[in-house]
Amino acid sequence: MKISRIAAIASVLFGLVQAAVAQETPKAITIATEGAYAPWNFTTADGKLDGFEVDLANDLCGRMKIECKIVAQDWDGMIPALTVGKFDVIMASMFITEKRLKIIDFTQPYAVDPSGFAVAKDSELGKVGISNERFKLENEASAQAAIDKLKPLLKGKIIGVQAATANLEFVKKYFSDVAEIREYKTTEQHDLDLAAGRIDALFAQQTALAATLGKPEFSDYTLAGPGFVGGLFGLGSGAGIRKEDIKLKDMLNGAIDAAIADGTIKTLSLKWLKSDVTPVK
Amino acid sequence: MIDFSFFLEILPKLLAGLPLTIELALTSIVAGFVLAVTLALAQQSESPFVVLPIRGFVAVFRGTPLLVQIFLTYYGLGQFRHQLSAIGLWAVFREPYWCAIIALTLNTTAYGSEILRGAIQSVPRGLVEAARSVGLSTCLTYRHVILPLAFRQALPSYGNEIILMIKGTSLASIVTLMEVTGIAQGLISQTYRAFEVFICAGAIYLTLNFAIIRALAALEYWMSRHLRHRPSTRDAAS
Amino acid sequence: MVDAFRLLGFQHGGWGAALLMAASVTVLLSVLGFALGAVFGGLAAAGRLRNSKVLRFLALGYCTVFRGVPDLLTIYLLYYGGSVALTSLGHSLGGSGFVGVPAFATGTLAIAIISGAYQAEVYRGAYLAIDQGQHDAACALGLNRLQRLRQVIFPQLLSYALPGLGNVWQLVLKDSSLISVIGLVELMRQAQIAAGSTREPFIFYIAAALLYLAIASVTGHAFYRLERKAPWRVRSA
Repeated sequence: MKISRIAAIASVLFGLVQAAVAQETPKAITIATEGAYAPWNFTTADGKLDGFEVDLANDLCGRMKIECKIVAQDWDGMIPALTVGKFDVIMASMFITEKRLKIIDFTQPYAVDPSGFAVAKDSELGKVGISNERFKLENEASAQAAIDKLKPLLKGKIIGVQAATANLEFVKKYFSDVAEIREYKTTEQHDLDLAAGRIDALFAQQTALAATLGKPEFSDYTLAGPGFVGGLFGLGSGAGIRKEDIKLKDMLNGAIDAAIADGTIKTLSLKWLKSDVTPVK
Repeated sequence: MIDFSFFLEILPKLLAGLPLTIELALTSIVAGFVLAVTLALAQQSESPFVVLPIRGFVAVFRGTPLLVQIFLTYYGLGQFRHQLSAIGLWAVFREPYWCAIIALTLNTTAYGSEILRGAIQSVPRGLVEAARSVGLSTCLTYRHVILPLAFRQALPSYGNEIILMIKGTSLASIVTLMEVTGIAQGLISQTYRAFEVFICAGAIYLTLNFAIIRALAALEYWMSRHLRHRPSTRDAAS
Repeated sequence: MVDAFRLLGFQHGGWGAALLMAASVTVLLSVLGFALGAVFGGLAAAGRLRNSKVLRFLALGYCTVFRGVPDLLTIYLLYYGGSVALTSLGHSLGGSGFVGVPAFATGTLAIAIISGAYQAEVYRGAYLAIDQGQHDAACALGLNRLQRLRQVIFPQLLSYALPGLGNVWQLVLKDSSLISVIGLVELMRQAQIAAGSTREPFIFYIAAALLYLAIASVTGHAFYRLERKAPWRVRSA
């Protein structure tokens, strides 16, 4: 006890946010999701959170045998809110990226899903249509070639993308010289603007785009071009946790391993996302 | 604890949003002022067909949050793309910039017209009658007597409204316009240093407000020059 | 129209109940924020009326900053900054772990701080409007400081302040919509969720606007009644 008291005081003195003390097994945790990224996570009419990640979170908690509370948190405040302890885990289709790893830690990925464009069917890019190719940003030459093919097709267009995402970093890095980029707080807002015709293209995870395009008012829109993974997009979607919660990380990793092994992630992903996003080890 | 190099790093980034903040505020304040004067004058009419719709407009825009008004103008009207295209207005409502300007303008019009209406009513009856008795037409009475007095009377309240409008432009960030607050939000999500970013952005707004307050004080001083004593040797001696 | 009734209805899949619940959160948030703001405002007004230069400077600084900075900025500052500050305070008291502040508490505090800055001006103006003779008369009656404040100054101050407070209340009600940005499900946030989920923003923002208007006019009327009833002088009890 005394040592942990000293450690706590020391952590203040040295300006640390929290010392790695008291690593007991957590009995109850709070998991945050965005609640506005269907079908990964969304809010229903009666105010309940639902979707792939909500089901998965409940499944993981069952495996870890701890009590879980799932709460909604705005995307752009997600990481600061985690670090100040408003909740313990983020499960909001957050990519495990270098930049984020400087601030928080992640479990292993529980889903890998490429990002791509959605555009009007009669646009230049729309006529090219969807390709099932996936480009890893680490393979710079081939990824750059794919990007160079897309560039002239998006010239002068307006691309809508959610703020504070790896998707935004990607379009900013590769397309800001040819297209105008608009940042939205939620993907639901850029969906509304695509339907309204204010923007010409969306860039997001392909599963989320596919779900959006499944709605009747988007019958004139299609996924287009290849999907991108790796690099800026990191290792895929993982559960975000504070760096010092080592015990929790181990527990979550174990539960994710089990959920991958017994096909739960595959089942849930086919149910919600209509394609298998299980990470390949 | 305070990291000055960080302030120096974010200040230029935040200042890059200042022109948009000023542009949004200036356009809506000027347009809103013109509309507010029009509505305040129209409210002097005796006809309920003129007065009641204006009262309704004022009540709705003063009784609902600016945030709702911006969302309604932007996302709400976005649903009516085809109808708006048909009457040629889609080009305006397509742009987040104009949607923000429209919402901000209508909002400040509602508040401004109430301020001006009150000020017009505060002009002493005797002055109006005096003006009429020397043969000034209604139009000239308004131009030379009522409006100048009403403007001076309204200036302090209108000054408050202008500051509220500057603050109101921060909501434009919610419809993708990257003004000072929008940039501040972006910086927080990149650096996770809410305190420093907001102190810096706050300082920009306070400086802007301070400049406006000084300008309005100078305007008020100029508008009340007839109320000041002319300096004379006798005054100085006593 | 049928669609609107279905979406705003109370049956399964309708958002009516959720919107009304959220509207009550808005009212609760505004009332608590306004009440706490009265404390801040009162203190700041007292500070500005004091002879102490330091107190005057602090009170003026508080009013200037929070009346001048966009409310959105203040809300973010408290939401993120507040937790960090509380957490390190918790540490210095020997605790480890995090102090999370729920969005409702942060929202209440934000509204209190912002409205306090506006309320301070109202109280100060009301205090200055009280005739000096009232102070003198109260002194002459031999009332002590507390009695003077409670029985003479305060009732008059309140009746002078009521119209101004009514304005601040309307401001608070509308400001409460900004708390939606920190994730508190009040009226605005609920309308946003519904608009995003059903892709019918127009209907839901109109519904939200009407609910705000209803709350504003009902409470505005209450303030008006209160003003009419307020005693100009101390009521003889």
